[in-house]
Amino acid sequence: MTTPLLKLTGINKSFGPVDVLHDISLDVYKGEVLCLLGDNGAGKSTLIKIFSGVHKPTSGEMEMDGKAVAFDSPRDASDHGIATVHQFGGTFPLMSIGRSFFIGAEPTRRWGPLTIYDRKRANEIAVTEMRQLGITRIDDGDRLVGGLSGGERQALAIARAVHFGASVLILDEPTAALGVKEAAHVLRIILQARKKGIAVIFITHNVVHALTVGDHFAVLIRGAKAADFRKGEKSREAVTDLMAGGEQMAELEAEIESFAAMQGEHA
Amino acid sequence: MKSQALDQAAQAATAPHTPNSSMPSLGSLVRRPEVGSLIGMIAVLVFFSIFGGANFLAAGGAASWLNVAAELGIIALPVGLLMIAGHLDLSVGSMVPASSMTIAIISGHYDAPILVGILASLGLGLAIGFINGLLVIRTKVPSFVVTLATLFALAGLTLGISVILTGSTSVALKSGPVAKLLLGDYLGGKFEVTLFWWIASILVVGFVLNLSRFGNWILAMGGDAVSARNAGIPTDRLTIALFMSSGLCAAFVGMSQAILYNSAQVAAGQSFIFNSIIAVVIGGVLLTGGYGSVVGIVLGTLTFAIVNQGIFYTGFDANWASLIIGVLLLAAVLMNNTFRTMALTYAPRSKARTR
Repeated sequence: MTTPLLKLTGINKSFGPVDVLHDISLDVYKGEVLCLLGDNGAGKSTLIKIFSGVHKPTSGEMEMDGKAVAFDSPRDASDHGIATVHQFGGTFPLMSIGRSFFIGAEPTRRWGPLTIYDRKRANEIAVTEMRQLGITRIDDGDRLVGGLSGGERQALAIARAVHFGASVLILDEPTAALGVKEAAHVLRIILQARKKGIAVIFITHNVVHALTVGDHFAVLIRGAKAADFRKGEKSREAVTDLMAGGEQMAELEAEIESFAAMQGEHA
Repeated sequence: MKSQALDQAAQAATAPHTPNSSMPSLGSLVRRPEVGSLIGMIAVLVFFSIFGGANFLAAGGAASWLNVAAELGIIALPVGLLMIAGHLDLSVGSMVPASSMTIAIISGHYDAPILVGILASLGLGLAIGFINGLLVIRTKVPSFVVTLATLFALAGLTLGISVILTGSTSVALKSGPVAKLLLGDYLGGKFEVTLFWWIASILVVGFVLNLSRFGNWILAMGGDAVSARNAGIPTDRLTIALFMSSGLCAAFVGMSQAILYNSAQVAAGQSFIFNSIIAVVIGGVLLTGGYGSVVGIVLGTLTFAIVNQGIFYTGFDANWASLIIGVLLLAAVLMNNTFRTMALTYAPRSKARTR
């Protein structure tokens, strides 16, 4: 735990005249879940795009295992072991589970003089890896990804990242579109990935989900890091207040309640 | 030899825990998305067999629609691959006559060896495909617009150069017996040799899409080009290669037509633009990319050819053929959507059977 796996120092990012990120420093450790919290537009997406090689920071340093790195492309970042899973997981709903699991890294076998895609092995590995993450409903790798539930797609994408040896797993709002049970399942998968020694960066604006699995929390407000604390250092209310931009959530709640009461009178 | 049913019963009795993945169940068969195209083809085949009389199914009748299917099919296969990859190629409509004129001018008008003409016309196809692909990836203009532009540009170029060089829009071509036999002859006086070239292309494209890893790349690129590129797929090279293959196949058809008919016209081949798209879409390929199969494309091509030619065997006025194709296209797309939804909602097999 001495050297962070991924270390950001003084990262700034601006798009033309617009400053999106301001002096962000973050440490990400192996086998820990870092929760990145923040309201919409706080700069979470831009930050993960810097992690995953989509954007380059305007200024600031990024280190992996103590060595300075700069990612030229998403491909470059994933070669460094950084895997990003987006909200809807697999983006190929009309491909089979086995095929989408191995996109760009298809297993092959000899077939006479020809080298062919090894569908059987791809399906087997994909199904096995998903089973290891607790998705036991899937027994056929030929099924289309679009037939999976949201949580299962997240599991497929996470299983893929784990299989290809990701050391940093970035999950962009994996639970946002899921029901309660499915979200709980994804949270369990996050803990499983952590147990394997993977550094997980979990982006969410659900404080309950974050506090359930997080070891370390960073709150972004308008592009700047407003708070950085470890598990148990802040209460749920304090975190929620921070995310709401420092405003007292209680005040907002009172406002909503009085509005609801007014509506009630009119009805 | 035991029947399949007995086999299954025995398996169920002795080893109820064995998953029966090797044996496709009726359910999974119905959920094969090609079923929609198969039903469509059988429907038109039955329809024209009834109304077309005995001649329609006799060798002569079958040859008339199989010949149409072969020429269209050779172009529809790479156009289908392109569509699965998320692109369209309209320029095939000009590629066919451009290639016909190329071989006719080189080997007919200038009397060069036929092989030179063949290579030149195929080379032209590859070159135009390369230009299409390069324009699409460099300009990011939709391939519909890019190939619409090359469709017109190439048509103009073909007409202009033909008139300058030969003073005519139609050039005769005499080819030797070998070229004739391999590329432009009738077997048994009825079946074009292009049929065999079609079968060969089906095998090649089927291999590429289903068995090689490129098939995976094509599907992924059509599903989401950005994610595919991020996953390390060389999407630019793949796009160029696919456009080159459709250029090559269109050139092949134009070249073999010139050899078959012993002449080339500037204005032949525009029908291939929409006919290839219709065949591919009837075959269940998603117009927006990411989905499709070779079996479907072949079935769609056959369906189109049957309707197109079958009408002549019925008592109906041939003018109705386009109406039938229009209705068929809509019905096929709706049916394909249904089967695709079924494939997506393919629920796990019941627990009693799998475990």
